[in-house]
Amino acid sequence: MFRTALRNVLAHKARLLMTVLAVVLGVAFVSGTLVFTDTLSKALSSQSAKGYEGVAVSVTSYGPTRGENGQKEGEAGLSQQTLDKVKALGGVDSVSGRVSGFAGVGDEKGELIGSGWSNKGSNYAPVKDGKDPRYAFTEGTGPVKADQIALDKATAGTGRYKVGDKVRVATNGPVKEYTLSGVFTTEDGAVSAGGSLVLFDTAVAQELYLKPGFYQELSVAAKAGTSPDQLLGEIKPLLDAEHTKAQTGAALAAEQAKDVERGMSNMNQMLLAFAGIALFVGIFLIYNTFTMLVTQRTKELALLRAVGANRGQVMRSVLTEALVVGVFSAVVGLAAGTGLAVAMRSAIEAFGAKLPAGDLVIAPATVVAAVVIGVLVTTLAALLPAWRTGRIAPVAAMGSAHLPATAKSLAVRNVLGSLTSLSGIGLVLLGVNQGGDTGRLILAAGAFFMLVGLIVVLPLLSKPVIGVVRPALQKLFGIPGKLAAQNAVRNPRRTAVTAASLAIGLTLVTTLSVLGITLGQAIDRMSTDKLKADYKVSMAAEGMSLDKSVVDALAKAPGIKAVSPQADGYFKVGESYRSASGVNPAAIGQMLNIETLGGSLDSLAKGEVAVAESTAKKQNLSVGSTLQVQYDDGEKGALKVGAVYKDLEGLLSPYVLDNKILGAHTEDQYIREVYVNTAGGASKAAQQRVVDALGKNPAMKVATQQDVRNEMGGMINTMLNIMYGLLGMALIISVLGVVNTLAMSVFERTREIGMLRAIGLDRGRVKNMIRLEAVVISLFGAVLGVAIGVFLAWAVGTTIAKGIPNYALVLPWERIGIFLLLAGVVGVLAAMWPARSAARLNMLTAIKTE
Amino acid sequence: MTTVNYAPHTTQAVAARATGLSKVYGQGETQVVALDNVSVDFGQGRFTAIMGPSGSGKSTLMHCVAGLDTFSSGSVRIGDTELGSLKDKQLTQLRRDKIGFIFQAFNLLPTLTALENITLPMDIAGRKPDRQWLDTVIEMVGLSGRLSHRPTQLSGGQQQRVAVARALASRPEIIFGDEPTGNLDSRSGAEVLGFLRNSVRELGQTVVMVTHDPVAASYADRVIFLADGRIVDEVLSPTADAVLDRMKAFDAKGRTS
Repeated sequence: MFRTALRNVLAHKARLLMTVLAVVLGVAFVSGTLVFTDTLSKALSSQSAKGYEGVAVSVTSYGPTRGENGQKEGEAGLSQQTLDKVKALGGVDSVSGRVSGFAGVGDEKGELIGSGWSNKGSNYAPVKDGKDPRYAFTEGTGPVKADQIALDKATAGTGRYKVGDKVRVATNGPVKEYTLSGVFTTEDGAVSAGGSLVLFDTAVAQELYLKPGFYQELSVAAKAGTSPDQLLGEIKPLLDAEHTKAQTGAALAAEQAKDVERGMSNMNQMLLAFAGIALFVGIFLIYNTFTMLVTQRTKELALLRAVGANRGQVMRSVLTEALVVGVFSAVVGLAAGTGLAVAMRSAIEAFGAKLPAGDLVIAPATVVAAVVIGVLVTTLAALLPAWRTGRIAPVAAMGSAHLPATAKSLAVRNVLGSLTSLSGIGLVLLGVNQGGDTGRLILAAGAFFMLVGLIVVLPLLSKPVIGVVRPALQKLFGIPGKLAAQNAVRNPRRTAVTAASLAIGLTLVTTLSVLGITLGQAIDRMSTDKLKADYKVSMAAEGMSLDKSVVDALAKAPGIKAVSPQADGYFKVGESYRSASGVNPAAIGQMLNIETLGGSLDSLAKGEVAVAESTAKKQNLSVGSTLQVQYDDGEKGALKVGAVYKDLEGLLSPYVLDNKILGAHTEDQYIREVYVNTAGGASKAAQQRVVDALGKNPAMKVATQQDVRNEMGGMINTMLNIMYGLLGMALIISVLGVVNTLAMSVFERTREIGMLRAIGLDRGRVKNMIRLEAVVISLFGAVLGVAIGVFLAWAVGTTIAKGIPNYALVLPWERIGIFLLLAGVVGVLAAMWPARSAARLNMLTAIKTE
Repeated sequence: MTTVNYAPHTTQAVAARATGLSKVYGQGETQVVALDNVSVDFGQGRFTAIMGPSGSGKSTLMHCVAGLDTFSSGSVRIGDTELGSLKDKQLTQLRRDKIGFIFQAFNLLPTLTALENITLPMDIAGRKPDRQWLDTVIEMVGLSGRLSHRPTQLSGGQQQRVAVARALASRPEIIFGDEPTGNLDSRSGAEVLGFLRNSVRELGQTVVMVTHDPVAASYADRVIFLADGRIVDEVLSPTADAVLDRMKAFDAKGRTS
């Protein structure tokens, strides 16, 4: 039987082509993901291990950090005394203290080199021999004076800096000019990832990032003969155990490798989820192919039964055929996936990111996964067609060759499908009604049932739905249009399966697009409608704090009308810590659109506090009541409530007060942004004045209202584009499905097409007929997918609407229009090859085909 | 051997004419001559049957004259049109406008009703069918009650009657039938042949039919016989017996030569 199966595969090479392609693509996606992430995570781990070469023990201190309730925890840094104590230990060869943070380097035009999140600054810590082992200088020497810095080679190259040049470096405070003392290479992770690294003299770095005489981290090298573990045991007693962590270098490298792996596994899971969707869509195509192959071979299979093969043997022969196809495709897919992983790397590097070098890793698990998935998907899809062959009666061998499977009653199927999809829709609505996490869970289950039900009932839907467009097609395209619409529903099951695979992809694309754009606009409204200030100044590095001096520098600058910081602080109300926003009371009203529900914002100037509506309700506060607080530094105070305002989540903390009060009680205040209004309103010149006031600081961003909006939109768009890209594979496979279906249809209708050619349908119109059929099927799937997608987006959106003020569902009609247009184009493209072969049919042989 | 020109034996106009028609497959050693310098006229308003053993070239002759197949040399004319110089598109148009076809295996579109199948060539051409003529044709083939049926709801004989009506409906200059009764039982076959003969006698249609059945051939006005790609004989106003005798004679000759 195996030989029969093998021969069948070889005999139907052309007809199996699309199936093989679909499995190859799906497997390539899976194995490409695995190879890529394995390779990258090995490269990253080995790199971080390199960073700890020669480090026997590493000691890290915990910040001061904020606990769960905002209380301060821990002491900042490791003191010079601690370092000296460690150094004095017998087994210690050398100790270098490290302190690091953000440092941006400006290029010739004063613009930041690098992307903001990858700009690092650290101290140059020479050990005994006067060199820091972490850095290898290619030019000059390390910085040892307060006005010296060193730069990594790539950054110095980008800025075209030479030793002795003046370089402008910005941390979160004002920009300073330093002299370049040297250029180095390093294994530091930030640099390998394409970031910039500035080395300062230790005292300078301590001043910038922590406090004089303190380090964040100590790297200890052991003398020969002293084991890291032994050393660790000696060091530990010298430390404040609660707020420091000491580990051997090896343990730290292992920990980082684990972190890398964890980070990778998130990416892995996301990519594999999309690969799963692609494979799922592929199942539809494979199912169609095997159904056709089996239908065409009915007579042959019946003959096998007639001459004595039993049911199981016939079924197994079909499954074996699937197995052969699966194994072959999996192997090709694995190879293609490896290529994909290499390509993925170059693509990422083409976007400017740098990935650490490393050998390609093809783990045994990847090979196993590829083969298992390829075989499983193929045989699974062939299961139903194989089962049907078992039911072919031997007598069919004597009957007619063509047994179209369409006439069979679809009644049971329709009832089941309708019930499933209706209950699915019911669950979705229930989920919407319920809301919250449980609601969304119910909704997800409902969405699944709805999709499955619709796929089952789709053959029933195909006739009336496509019937609607027939008159239009006939009017526009004449006979080819009419025949195309009729042909599209001749095998409703096949059409439905083909359309369903497209619909799945489009459902996801539409849901994500509608939700993304809806959320984007809601956030946009939230941030931009509320923002009245001409400019928003913040650090280029997301999440970094501005220095206090920025506020003063801006306030003093010419042409600037008003400035207000948006500074975070904490105080204790009763037993719990609350976050508060410190602002400039005279200006904040011009900067943000704050809607007061009682009292007036003017009260802020009198040292009173404004409270958000929801908090006021919870805390039973109203205008005139007094709030007892304990500040961060332990001092107590009584604040009179001067105003209650409508919540501005994401912009203002629930308590707003003059930053003169809040800032006085808070050490190292986090200033996330500063709002600026200029005389005469926003203009190019005004923006330049703000930039100048900041000392042309490359590390700071001056954003107009439009910039803020674009940033938000850009983020959402990037996210959507990534999703589109990942869903692309599933869509490509469903396009292959359309090609497959049309190729089958042309093959089955050879005689008809020959007759049409004979009685006068020219080649062009034969092509049109096939093309239109493809377009009809594609659009059927696309319209369905878009409809389901909009429905699901509405449902999901409604469950999260409560958390978002001003939520309104936005239907991006332009985008949806483009999706549908693309579906039409996909139809035309998919029909290219089948239409050509139909037009080239030899009429005489076609007519004679029995 | 001299080539015999089988011109019609009346003074009637000619609907289709082949002159020195040859069709050769392959080259050199493997060369097969399907048609060897055939010249024949098909008179207007006449019912001609082409007969011959399988491999004689009878179907090839019909396909070449009907513009379905290309030929190696010679010329074919339908009315005033020379086929040899036509491109595929023009040939397609010629078939659509001037030729009707009836095939052995019905060849109806299963998605269309009987009526839609009948008017298909005119729909392709974008022409409105002549209502009165259409009624005449439909009445003649006796399909009035079944116009809204689909092919699967019709018997084989009924399907072939639809095919006959389709060929007649557009009033082509000539109708070609390729074993039109090959798949039918004798009663249905007789009906279809009767319609074809009536269309010639009563409506002035020109019909050329390939067949291997002497009874079918006896419905024609004239039978021409092919063997080895050449026309070897003809019988005018044939009877089934006369045709059968002639065929037996060929067989005998084939065995003795």
